[in-house]
Amino acid sequence: MSDDIRGMSAELAADPTSLVFLRLGEALRQAGRLEPAAKVALQGLTRYPNLPEAHDLYARVLVDHQDLESAFDEWDTTLRLDPAHGGAHKGLAFLYWQAGDLASAKRHLEAATADLPGDRQVLSALAKVQEKLAEAEARPVPAPDTVASEPPPPPRDLLAPQPPAPRFEVEDAPASAGAERSATPMSDQLLEDDGLLLVDAAGMRLLGTLDRAGGIAVADRVAAELAGVSKEANRAARLLALGEWKSLALETGTANFVLAAPTAETLLLLMRDTAVPMGRVAIGAARAVDAARRWLEESA
Amino acid sequence: MSSHQESLDALTAIPGVRGAMLTNRLDGIVVAESIMEDVESGALAALATSLARRLETAAMAASGGTAGFLHLQATAGALFVSPAGPDLLLVVIGDKGVNVGRTRLEMTRVAEAVG
Repeated sequence: MSDDIRGMSAELAADPTSLVFLRLGEALRQAGRLEPAAKVALQGLTRYPNLPEAHDLYARVLVDHQDLESAFDEWDTTLRLDPAHGGAHKGLAFLYWQAGDLASAKRHLEAATADLPGDRQVLSALAKVQEKLAEAEARPVPAPDTVASEPPPPPRDLLAPQPPAPRFEVEDAPASAGAERSATPMSDQLLEDDGLLLVDAAGMRLLGTLDRAGGIAVADRVAAELAGVSKEANRAARLLALGEWKSLALETGTANFVLAAPTAETLLLLMRDTAVPMGRVAIGAARAVDAARRWLEESA
Repeated sequence: MSSHQESLDALTAIPGVRGAMLTNRLDGIVVAESIMEDVESGALAALATSLARRLETAAMAASGGTAGFLHLQATAGALFVSPAGPDLLLVVIGDKGVNVGRTRLEMTRVAEAVG
């Protein structure tokens, strides 16, 4: 263990609220110690769920773990918290490049240059992307069977450790970016999620399953308990002059919950293990709400 | 000035926080408060306690865990509730732009100090 890592670990142990976890997590990641890096990042996120740098750090660790979808979500969260975050723009550019979406990669790299002017990694990657786009434009239209040709090799150096590289960012991901990644109807994927429950105003389950540890099915019981939550939340928000309620997030020792109302007569609950940061649960719930609305319209 | 009052004043010093209070978990009676004039403390205590209790019941059914930090986000502001020891709830109301992370952090500190 390097002295730097040892020193930062000691500093964090002495003061768990210290932001040194950001540098410690990055140092562990660069040293290839991904499990401790993930642990440090998650602990930091638990304490600072709205700190863009914490989400950015965790996204980089997830990329090293090859969990690109979760990394996308983390950078998406980063940009919701800080739309100009260069590191998140940079990371998303990398993911779009890997997916062969050069136009989106370029858009994120251009956004990254605004926050990280003079960053050689970003400028180099942007030049590569522009070159590939120009090549693609100059190329004759391919025959249908060659359209799905392999994307160019990703500019891996975007994610490589670079001193000081404390931030390494990407651009504003559109709200629908998650949907762009899959050809499968998102509503189907989201609504089949174990841990998601859609209930009506009378506490009847419309969709979803919920199992406690040990496989005990509790969906119907929870649905019944949720009856009236929406009305109660609305009443509290109105009487306290907070406007219309949008979401309820609840942490327990064993799970993180987010509740939202797809319609005035329904309530959606998404439950995740406490290892999943609340910001990610909220993003998942927002997507599930959209899917639930479509499902309700189709089922009407 | 009591230590409870000092802790609540520290919370209301956060930009966007309109009020903070400690209430009895069972009946919603206000124990200590630091509230801006436009907030009706009795209603805040009653509504927050009731909402927290209802959600805790659902959470217990779902995961078996006891309720911790609760965050109601609305279009014009937010309500936060956190247990503060076995008998009290810490309730905070904030504007739309309140820093949720900072508020949560400060509430955790106050709840630990009170508990």
